[in-house]
Amino acid sequence: MKTKFHIKDLDLFFKEEKVLKQINFEIPANKILGIIGPSGSGKTTFLRALNRMNDLEDGTRIEGNILLDEEDIYKPDYDVVALRKKVGMVFAMPVPLPMSIYENVVYGVRLSGVNDSKLLDELVEKSLTASYLWDEVKDRLKTSGMRLSGGQQQRLCLARVLAMEPEVILLDEPCSGLDPISTAKIEDALTVLKKDYTIILVTNNTKQAARVADNTAFFLMGELIEIGSTGQIFTTPNRIETNDYITGRFG
Amino acid sequence: MKLIGEKGVKRILMLTAFSAISALLLIALFILNEGLPFIFKYGVKDFLFSSDWNPHLGKYGIYPMIVASLWVTFGALVIGAPLGVAGAFFLTEYVPKSIMRIIKPTIELLAAIPSVVYGFIGVMVLAPLIRNNFGGPGLSLLAASIILGIMILPTVISISIDSIMAVPQSYREGSLALGATTWQTIHMVTVKASKSGIIASIILGMGRAIGETMAVIMVAGNSVNIPHSPLDSVRTLTANIALEMSYATGLHRQALFATGVVLFIGIIILNSIASVVLRKRAVKK
Repeated sequence: MKTKFHIKDLDLFFKEEKVLKQINFEIPANKILGIIGPSGSGKTTFLRALNRMNDLEDGTRIEGNILLDEEDIYKPDYDVVALRKKVGMVFAMPVPLPMSIYENVVYGVRLSGVNDSKLLDELVEKSLTASYLWDEVKDRLKTSGMRLSGGQQQRLCLARVLAMEPEVILLDEPCSGLDPISTAKIEDALTVLKKDYTIILVTNNTKQAARVADNTAFFLMGELIEIGSTGQIFTTPNRIETNDYITGRFG
Repeated sequence: MKLIGEKGVKRILMLTAFSAISALLLIALFILNEGLPFIFKYGVKDFLFSSDWNPHLGKYGIYPMIVASLWVTFGALVIGAPLGVAGAFFLTEYVPKSIMRIIKPTIELLAAIPSVVYGFIGVMVLAPLIRNNFGGPGLSLLAASIILGIMILPTVISISIDSIMAVPQSYREGSLALGATTWQTIHMVTVKASKSGIIASIILGMGRAIGETMAVIMVAGNSVNIPHSPLDSVRTLTANIALEMSYATGLHRQALFATGVVLFIGIIILNSIASVVLRKRAVKK
């Protein structure tokens, strides 16, 4: 099995505070990794370390290495813009950019210099279809992305990431504000997409991890407590903390 | 507090609030009362569009001053608006927040410098510089534009910064996460989302430029003529009132009030446009 990310002795500091402590594990390609843990456990911070979004926060510093395809993404001359094209991200709050549905989807691709309108049209249809949104918006691609419902906006955000044809998709609690039907649509999309992408899904909803993830990691207080196949984590966890969390005893 | 009671406090506060509004109303009434009759007596067209300003001959055409005011304001915007808006984007998007928190108040301090000081620097430094390098009298439309361009910077920068900071961080993150560079994010997303605030900042800066008097008197040269080059000496509407009011009597005095009416209306129009633009933004959110 091919390794996509290799995390070695990762410590992450925010100003003086150590937010992530000694994280070590590998993330296999073309699987869905679910990351669960109570809020404040560092799971979102960890996710944002994978495409260096934490760089935007003043005072963030890391020690250790994160290797993407065996290349250190924190080495000094690493191209962050190229990294974010390879490692796309969907945020907790669905925020379309202030432009039309169509322009939202092709935004990243246009910036990379693609302007062939036929190519872009095809890309829009393909991406929106893959994010289960095409049928709902195909007749109004020119309207503002901000006029869609919350669930549709989140699928639009997924589509704009897919249009970039990344290798990895990071999702940060993508369904936290969505109704069960929209949630199901996103989950359906993810299970289809893992064929072509490596997916890392941070979720507050342990049931969601149990439903869609191949592997599950449990974070607590900035530490990786346990990682294993989803079946093993949810039926026979090795650590008492994991068991307490998934059975709802705390968190 | 017991003595006056809740109702008493409310009345006192209401009185203070109304004093500001009534001051505005009284000033408006006073200026209109003094100026409007003259405008109608002299003729709107002759007053606004005649170039003949000769108070001792009974000629009161303010056209050259209107043109000068417009040019000086336009020049101030050409210099101040790009500097201010670009500066605001640099400070919000490229400079760490901790440093921005020091620089922004420093820029706002520019607004605290008395305008006579700007005028003084204009006379001592800027005018000789213009005279020696480009010719002309030095005290000129160009000098006034440059000084005013600097004077409107704090207005333009601080209101632009506020509106750029009001753009949700999630827009920037969404754009950057799609592999956009900081510059691409600015011109594709942030400019669009903060446009109305930036326009309002420029309009408010414009209002300040039109109304400024002391610095302009000191550097513009003040001769009444329609400028043909940026190096010509000009007199603005504000300068006209300030220069002549001390000795004006009778019709001349009324003509100066009428000049004030023209300024007053112009600035009210500008401020209304600015507040409409700003309100539109509020509604959109």
